[in-house]
Amino acid sequence: MSTQADDLLAFAERDLISMRDVSRDEINAFLDMAERFESLTQPVLQGKVLGSLFFEPSTRTRLSFSAAMQRLGGSVVGFADAKVSSTAKGESLHDSIRVVENYCDIILIRHPREGAARLAAESTRLPVINAGDGTNQHPTQTLLDLYTIRKTRGRLDNLKIAFIGDLKYSRTVHSLIETLTHFDNELFLVSPQSLRMPPDFIDELDTRGTVYTEDEDFFSIASDVDVIYTTRIQEERFPDPVEYEKVKNAYRIDRAAIERIGAEVTLLHPLPRLNEISTDLDDYPGSAYFDQARNGLTVRKAVLSLLLGVKF
Amino acid sequence: MSSQQPQSEYQPSIKVTALREGTVIDHLVAGTALKVLAILGIEFEGAVTIGLNLESSKMKQKDIIKIERREVTPEEVAKIALVSPRASFSIIREFQVVEKFQPTPPEIIENLIRCPNPSCISNEDRVETKFRVVRIDPLHIRCHYCERSLRKGEVVLL
Ligand SMILES: [Zn+2]
Repeated sequence: MSTQADDLLAFAERDLISMRDVSRDEINAFLDMAERFESLTQPVLQGKVLGSLFFEPSTRTRLSFSAAMQRLGGSVVGFADAKVSSTAKGESLHDSIRVVENYCDIILIRHPREGAARLAAESTRLPVINAGDGTNQHPTQTLLDLYTIRKTRGRLDNLKIAFIGDLKYSRTVHSLIETLTHFDNELFLVSPQSLRMPPDFIDELDTRGTVYTEDEDFFSIASDVDVIYTTRIQEERFPDPVEYEKVKNAYRIDRAAIERIGAEVTLLHPLPRLNEISTDLDDYPGSAYFDQARNGLTVRKAVLSLLLGVKF
Repeated sequence: MSSQQPQSEYQPSIKVTALREGTVIDHLVAGTALKVLAILGIEFEGAVTIGLNLESSKMKQKDIIKIERREVTPEEVAKIALVSPRASFSIIREFQVVEKFQPTPPEIIENLIRCPNPSCISNEDRVETKFRVVRIDPLHIRCHYCERSLRKGEVVLL
């Protein structure tokens, strides 16, 4: 039997690059620990410096990490856009990291290329956090989604979870679904035919024995569904604008649709939304999409502290 | 493991007994012999005999390659295993099979394959490529960097 502390030992003082590296026990232990950061006000990261390297802009993620670091008494150096960094002058990622590691205690990297965070982690002995590498991974997004689901439903097992919208290109959905295969849930995958889950992920669900259904109809999801996770359907995915208009409206959720489903359901969306969730749901008791942002701050405080080996 | 297989299996098709020094690569998936030759390069001193789509009791059809005066390196064996995981190798010296083996499935494949994802960092920085083997047959590997899955037929050797 491993204790919670043991489970987190493996996590502490290493990198957070991919949810594929994180076990079920580590997820559970991490989420338990993260809860304590909701009310933590002590400056446990005082004197620590985060090197925040955004090789492509992502204002929300950058602000969330900066706020997490500063709320805990730490400080942030870095850049918000590669155009101002030396990569613009052709410096390799490896060299950039070797320079920046002299200025900070932990590195946060956002990069348009898949695998960049892994390479960064291999280039330095400092802990590295992946804040999004192309279409691949964005592990703190997945952790905050799990945190929000557990907080609202009280558990991560025995849930009925529906994913609606773009299941083909959404990194957020892919990573969350893949991580949920560690747990025992029933999934409903609702998307237009052209934006179905890629075969690789379906394969993985089959291999892991996850129960799921695929459908184009929103109302195919169970009436006792616990969580509905919607994603943006981006216009540029559709060569035909008429097709986009049809799809856009077919996957728009409003109060009437949720009431027709009937269940007391948790509504999640990684934001920013276009019109996938009607504003008439914003005061619906189960709407948790704005809570996700607050939970993101909590989760990022916990990740920073854990990887910096801070004891509390 | 498979060292007790009857060595006579390929004899009706190719005169392996005539090979004094060299390597016989047998039980190649039918249609892969030319890829295997590409892996081995084309600068051979001795004769090379290729059998395509031969009848096989084990695999219905198979390819076979016999190369004179040439032994295979572990790196070549690893590459060939990616194309044809059940291939068997016989090293011949003085007309005798001195060694017979099948490739052990690797857990990690380093610097043998190029990642076909153009946006993978391994295609930009000076990075040695690395893949984790999910399953060897049918082949399923995952890029260590971009985490993209690759299946049989999508593999591009370096
Ligand atoms: Zn790759």
